Amino acid sequence: MSRVAIQHEDFDVGSLFQALHAADAGTGAVVGFVGTVRGRDDGHAVQALELEHYPGMTERAIEAMIDAALGRFGLRAARVVHRVGRLAAGENIVFVGVAAPHRRAAFEGCEFLMDYLKTQAPFWKKETTPEGSRWVDARAADDAALARWGLDSDNAANA
Amino acid sequence: MKIQVRYFASLREALGPGETVELPEVSTLGLLRDDLVARGGAYADVLARGRAVRCALNQVMSDEAAVVRDGAEVAFFPPVTGG
Repeated sequence: MSRVAIQHEDFDVGSLFQALHAADAGTGAVVGFVGTVRGRDDGHAVQALELEHYPGMTERAIEAMIDAALGRFGLRAARVVHRVGRLAAGENIVFVGVAAPHRRAAFEGCEFLMDYLKTQAPFWKKETTPEGSRWVDARAADDAALARWGLDSDNAANA
Repeated sequence: MKIQVRYFASLREALGPGETVELPEVSTLGLLRDDLVARGGAYADVLARGRAVRCALNQVMSDEAAVVRDGAEVAFFPPVTGG
């Protein structure tokens, strides 16, 4: 099973969980996160998102994040699926799942990967709203979330 | 020397997907950005100092001191917003 997939198609959460459970006999906990397109954001309607990435660099950046997470939390397996292209409100965008011997490492490893992904993986979102479309700005809250792990965001670092 | 420059997201919309840029000598990401800004027009607008622009050198996030050599792939893009 490849650890990273960047794809247009939707993903099946059930089979992703099953694969993580089966990945290693030492697994006692699997935690998964699914991000979806919000139909409302900060009070305005969102009809769709357009997701862009940097082919090659995006996959490599996420592979490096997974390596870091495996070492830091003693994870047995991790998997990231991120969709690109046009996604309607309510559709899945991202899956992050990890397997660990115990619950706490699994929760923390999953959250670490998600915080990392939001601030360091080259993806960009463009919102389509009834008033037109606009690129979504990076959020300071996401940088703050990464700082919790003792890491700087590349978003913040290269101003 | 020749390098490949790529643009993503709002920068791609303003400048196109990318281009080959000829430089007289080994440079840095910061100096390359200055050269592009000096072209004026949309380049000056979206790459100007003070605009939130990030860089990658050979597909690794890099700061403006990073040294650019012949054959390099450089990318400019806004702060990332995935997940």
